[in-house]
Amino acid sequence: MTDLTDLGVRALRDGVRAGEFSAREVADAHIVKVAAAKPLNAFLVETPDHAIAAAKAADDARAAGETLKPLAGVPIGMKDLFCTKGVQSAAASHILEGFKPPYESTVSQKLWDAGAGMLGKLNMDQFAMGSSNETSAFGNVISPWRRNDGGNAALAPGGSSGGSSSAIAARLCPAATGTDTGGSIRQPAAFTGIAGIKPTYGRCSRWGIIAFASSLDQAGPMARDVTDCAIMLEAMAGFDPRDATSLDAPVPQWEAGLNPSLAGKTIGIPKEYRVDGMPAEIEALWQQGIDWAKDAGAEIVEVSLPHTKYALPAYYIIAPAEASSNLARYDGVRYGLRDLPDGAGLQDMYAATRADGFGDEVKRRIMIGTYVLSAGFYDAYFTQASKVRTLIAQDFDNAWEQCDLLLTPTAPSAAFGLGEKSDDPLAMYLNDVFTVPSSLAGLPAMSVPGGLDKQGLPLGLQIIGKAMDEQGVLNAGLAIEQRAGFAARPEAWW
Amino acid sequence: MTESTYRIQGATGEWEVVIGLEVHAQVSSKAKLFSGAPTAFGAEPNTQVSLVDAAMPGMLPVPNRECIRQAVRTGMAINAAINKWSRFDRKNYFYADLPQGYQISQLYHPLVGEGVITVQLDEKDPASPIKEIGVERIHVEQDAGKLMHDQHPTRSYVDLNRTGVALMEIVSKPDMRSPQEAGAYLSKLRTLLRYVGSCDGNMDQGSMRADVNVSVRKPGGELGTRTETKNVNSVRFVMQAIEHEAQRQVDVLEAGGRIVQETRLFDPDKGETRSMRSKEDAHDYRYFPDPDLLPLELDDAFLDECRQSLPELPDAKRLRYEEELGLPAYNAAVLTADADTARWFEALLAETARIQKKGEAEVAKAASNWLISDLFGGLNKVGMGLEGGPVSPEHGAELLALIGDGTISNTIAKQVLEIMLETGGAPGAIVEEKGLKQTSDTGAIEAEIARVLDANADKVADYRGGKEKLFGFFVGQTMKAMQGKANPQVVNELLKKALG
Amino acid sequence: MSVDKATVERIANLARIALSDEEIERLAPELDNILGWVEQLGEVDTSNVEPMTAVIPNKLRLRDDIVTEGNQRDAVLANAPQAEHGFFAVPKVIE
Ligand SMILES: [Mg+2]
Ligand SMILES: [Zn+2]
Repeated sequence: MTDLTDLGVRALRDGVRAGEFSAREVADAHIVKVAAAKPLNAFLVETPDHAIAAAKAADDARAAGETLKPLAGVPIGMKDLFCTKGVQSAAASHILEGFKPPYESTVSQKLWDAGAGMLGKLNMDQFAMGSSNETSAFGNVISPWRRNDGGNAALAPGGSSGGSSSAIAARLCPAATGTDTGGSIRQPAAFTGIAGIKPTYGRCSRWGIIAFASSLDQAGPMARDVTDCAIMLEAMAGFDPRDATSLDAPVPQWEAGLNPSLAGKTIGIPKEYRVDGMPAEIEALWQQGIDWAKDAGAEIVEVSLPHTKYALPAYYIIAPAEASSNLARYDGVRYGLRDLPDGAGLQDMYAATRADGFGDEVKRRIMIGTYVLSAGFYDAYFTQASKVRTLIAQDFDNAWEQCDLLLTPTAPSAAFGLGEKSDDPLAMYLNDVFTVPSSLAGLPAMSVPGGLDKQGLPLGLQIIGKAMDEQGVLNAGLAIEQRAGFAARPEAWW
Repeated sequence: MTESTYRIQGATGEWEVVIGLEVHAQVSSKAKLFSGAPTAFGAEPNTQVSLVDAAMPGMLPVPNRECIRQAVRTGMAINAAINKWSRFDRKNYFYADLPQGYQISQLYHPLVGEGVITVQLDEKDPASPIKEIGVERIHVEQDAGKLMHDQHPTRSYVDLNRTGVALMEIVSKPDMRSPQEAGAYLSKLRTLLRYVGSCDGNMDQGSMRADVNVSVRKPGGELGTRTETKNVNSVRFVMQAIEHEAQRQVDVLEAGGRIVQETRLFDPDKGETRSMRSKEDAHDYRYFPDPDLLPLELDDAFLDECRQSLPELPDAKRLRYEEELGLPAYNAAVLTADADTARWFEALLAETARIQKKGEAEVAKAASNWLISDLFGGLNKVGMGLEGGPVSPEHGAELLALIGDGTISNTIAKQVLEIMLETGGAPGAIVEEKGLKQTSDTGAIEAEIARVLDANADKVADYRGGKEKLFGFFVGQTMKAMQGKANPQVVNELLKKALG
Repeated sequence: MSVDKATVERIANLARIALSDEEIERLAPELDNILGWVEQLGEVDTSNVEPMTAVIPNKLRLRDDIVTEGNQRDAVLANAPQAEHGFFAVPKVIE
């Protein structure tokens, strides 16, 4: 019998529908895998009961002859940034350790409503701040991938959705939720040879997702392939009156709309993404992607996004500024950690609690954000960054005059070793150079696996689309996926 | 406009006071500004708290249309510019009554721009000076929670029931020059808010409170450094706080000191202001646009509805009472000072005109006099208000009609009113039941007159000898003998005949 | 260096994060480095550019004035480090 954990979302869904296997069997197979994968440190909390209950509901529904829900029989992983009712939701931070929300995030609720079950809460960079998973308060996730040099160097699964990427690549779950603020779905997807899409800002409700940077945060699915991403996204997206930035637009049938032909499409290649020091292998993969797109019928044009180099600095003003304010609520009064030194007053309690409860990277970003908003600096930093953000969005608008989609590498390198970049925050920030501009503009973008580098590590290609054109992005992703034929998977060493 | 002559006499000469008020007025709404929690006053602690108010992780604000609408209507009522494009900013600071670590407010683009409030220094005195006080802006923001310090020896307790309730912050220009002007401004603002219906104006429940900015200067000189006395919650206290603070500043300056720009508290028991232990970083709020909220854009249909739903405002009403109803200025001022009073009076007037089959202007004066002197006096005595009190406008009109058609005299009417205040009964029924109908039975009256004249033969002689003033005495005695129920006109006629 | 230790202390105080001397020592050059890097934004001519207000064109929706929440004190207090008599408790504040 096939190992059910080898199957993706669509295969599991269809198999349960067809009665090839029961939802319970699917859940059990994954629960065993999760329990046996401790060395990856991908799960912070395991919730087998949740997965089993959903499976039972699916099997009961099928036995009763009911139409199965869109994700019936599919167990998934939930990034720890999503608040899940009664289950610790800590954003991988010490300050929220033990916090059990009395509410369920809109996106997770939609997934449960669609019949999915939860295998557990996935580790991540603390408060989604990081690109390697090393900022988690509960130890970093390890990528299931290893270099082909025979060494055992532990590699970063990417971040911040590194628990999600690692768990999917290791076949612990067929899909997981991610969130992307500056690349946190796409870069970990690229690092682990899976697919992930960040939809248009406002497609997925932010209600119940622990905020990092409100104007950038966007949830999206991560899964093994483009079709599975489309199925997941359909369940996750949709208007939510509880999120004032939610888009009041119908959710398209992305799965049904999948079409790998790019005939009649023009794909832009932004010349500013050819950054200095880009590894030749990334360059080569990008060219390969261009060829695949042509093969799928697309016309290729070079376009210019002149403000690209300013995207990262603008992002590292706007995101920390919003974060410094969003994270002010962690003060030891209403939930989470309280550190009350002897004789401390209220303000001392705040300072002690936050010193103890936040990790170094979170503190660093709160400090940067506080600085750029402080008296005398606001206009020079925040206002200027917000204006540059307008220019970056205009760059994309101008590009859309010439093309329908953009194709770029997802990240400037393959997965790096844990600890290799953690001493140099700026070097770490540069990881997001290709993903941040589309985040600033709120555009849908996805990463699909393109191939392996010389060390046997996955590399990803990024497709960026116009606002609301997730279908175009998914279709281009599918076209590349079919041509890349990416079948590599990590050897189970854990 | 009249220039204020209010001056503080110091050792170095006269000082002028410059005053600006920032009034926080709670918007009348069922739910909070950004959450669906209720706003009712006086609930058990933390029972009117949504997950948004408690700033639970991932909770998001969504603005309440009614709160925006009421702030816009308020702006329209002071002829202010309404900004069709505004937005919310975060004001960041740490305090236990502020769960988010920031207050959602409006700094850069407020909802309402400049407007004007016309105040009369003494609203009961139509001859007192009139002055226009500028309003700088009105913005909408969240209220904070409440900290209790007296429940535990080493802890403060936090109640989030008020957290997130919508406030309008109404910022005046520094246009006031005396405690009286500030008091008149605050009273007028309260009147306006209650007319508009955007705030109940209950200062004792904290629905309205004022931050009082005071500085002093030599008349016409440069503006001095100001202090801000926070959260003063009555008109009287605002006036006291200004008086005390201005005097304190003069004393400091004349002793060679400097005024520190600071936040102060008013102590109502002592009638003094004192320095608040300054909130740290009070001047670095790191305002920035709230990224959870998009810009607030209002369309013409929304603004039209706001404008059309505004009631007749107090200044217009007062003028109409004087010009169309012919009321004395004093009556018009008293009746329009409060929206409820005006509403009650208009109901009384309509009913009075209807049952007496007269025009409103014909009965307005009598009705207003009765309301102001008799009913207000009576309600005062029993400690009740007009609204929800024992006398309805219908009963008032009925009583006025009984006087008007001669069924009862003014004296009897006062007795009837007393019973109405006690029992809430209808005047007609009371008159019937207690047999208070006025009599015009000439036989009965003539009999009493004969007895009165007999008993006072000396005074009759004096009267006939030319002491005509004594006529009133005979009227009084006759009315007394008739227990007030005789028709005074008939008494007059019969007495004149009898005294010949 | 524009971000000195005094600046770090001032910012840390604004952000309510207690820092050890060692952390202050470490953060000063780090923040200086990062802020120095973001300052390249100053090169961009933005004189005729409006700051971005909405990422995706969208208008603020307003809610109806309806009470939808409340009466959930237990849920509100459930995660509190210290809750007494229906209140959150904090160290005594002197105003
Ligand atoms: Mg103020
Ligand atoms: Zn205010």
